[in-house]
Amino acid sequence: MAGSYWKKKPLGKTMILGIISVMLYAILLMNQDIINSYFGKGSLYALLPIITAFMFSVVHGSFTGNFWTLLGIKAKKKKEVK
Amino acid sequence: MDGFLSETANFINLDWMNIAYLFVVGFIGGLVSGFIGSGGAFVLTPAMMSLGVPGLVAVASNMCHKFPKALVGAIKRARYGQVDVKLGLILGISAEAGVLYGIHIQESIKRSFGDAGSNLYVSVAFVVVLGIVGSFVLLDALKTYKSGNTHEEEKATKLAKWVQSINIPGTMVYFKSLNAKVSVLFTIPLGFATGMLAATIAVGGFIGVPSMIYVLGAPSLMASATELVIAFVMGLGGSFKYALSGLVDIRLAMIILGGSLFGIQLGAIGTTYVKPYMIKVVMGVIMITVLFSRGLMVPVYLSQLGILQPLSEATVKLLKNTSFAIMVLALFLGAFIVLKAMWKGIKTEKIATKEAIGHGKI
Repeated sequence: MAGSYWKKKPLGKTMILGIISVMLYAILLMNQDIINSYFGKGSLYALLPIITAFMFSVVHGSFTGNFWTLLGIKAKKKKEVK
Repeated sequence: MDGFLSETANFINLDWMNIAYLFVVGFIGGLVSGFIGSGGAFVLTPAMMSLGVPGLVAVASNMCHKFPKALVGAIKRARYGQVDVKLGLILGISAEAGVLYGIHIQESIKRSFGDAGSNLYVSVAFVVVLGIVGSFVLLDALKTYKSGNTHEEEKATKLAKWVQSINIPGTMVYFKSLNAKVSVLFTIPLGFATGMLAATIAVGGFIGVPSMIYVLGAPSLMASATELVIAFVMGLGGSFKYALSGLVDIRLAMIILGGSLFGIQLGAIGTTYVKPYMIKVVMGVIMITVLFSRGLMVPVYLSQLGILQPLSEATVKLLKNTSFAIMVLALFLGAFIVLKAMWKGIKTEKIATKEAIGHGKI
């Protein structure tokens, strides 16, 4: 009974997101000079940090969410707000 | 603004120690933000500056980690039904105006009184706002705790009931978090004040969350979750503004984001396990602790302005270090309370689940 109650943990999804996330950070840190030179230009290049931030938030945000789920830390069900 | 922003962006060299340091501070900041809707920024900016990052680059990079973090936190808490998107967007847009005005005031003070004058203004704003609002929030949380009604539904304050009772035709908007219509003529000044505070002390939520709770009548959980929407709107606008001048160091922003996204997920999960008054406890404790941190710096700036006798270099260094240490302590204290309350909640839930399984209810 308990086995059917607990949902399967998202191991594969977390690993894939984790690898993509690490790759994004590796690209960022291994190309610091070129990235800084473009991102620090200002003007229309201002879109670069904004797009990058959105990209990291999607990938790394999904990864961290799944990471805690994998560790068994999940939200309490049916929490009443009011 | 041009003069203010014309300083050339100076991006520091990062080593693994710096990366680890920013990641950990980001995690703790994110944990607190996920729980109370804001916080963390007041430590992150000085933390970056302690690595040699110029002030404006630190502010800009902090801003650029804040909006994606707030976005992830808001989406997470929206899944728990805690976010009032409409209220967040309306407050967020007026907060953006507050941020611009707040920066304008900062610039005027800096032009007239120099760095010491600007720092003094920031510290006094910290002490006054956190002193008044922080004491009020903490006392209210203590009152709830002592009354033993921690499980009961939060009641709207008299002020909130009055605000909700005022009908100004053409300006009324229904907000689900309040379950009432409120005139935007009330929400605009609140958003504006939130933005002004964000531009001054980097944490607008110290006005935004209490004003949603006490002035508008939102439950603590919804107020803290909705603050994340405000932070997203403010952070996005602010980041773009700074990025236009090339001041965002994307490496710093993304490293802090790396840690803070782990934290914000955990903090958001934590809100589902705790009693609502815990939001006020964490917020109040952080506010009062930070107040002492900034209060210590007031004599330093007063002496730099020639209002007080000059302080010795050793005294200034001691005050600066103590102030930074107390600020870090504030964040750790907040994080500790969040983790402890969450741990307790998870434990209670597990016991309840086991009992339910034992009784065949699940």
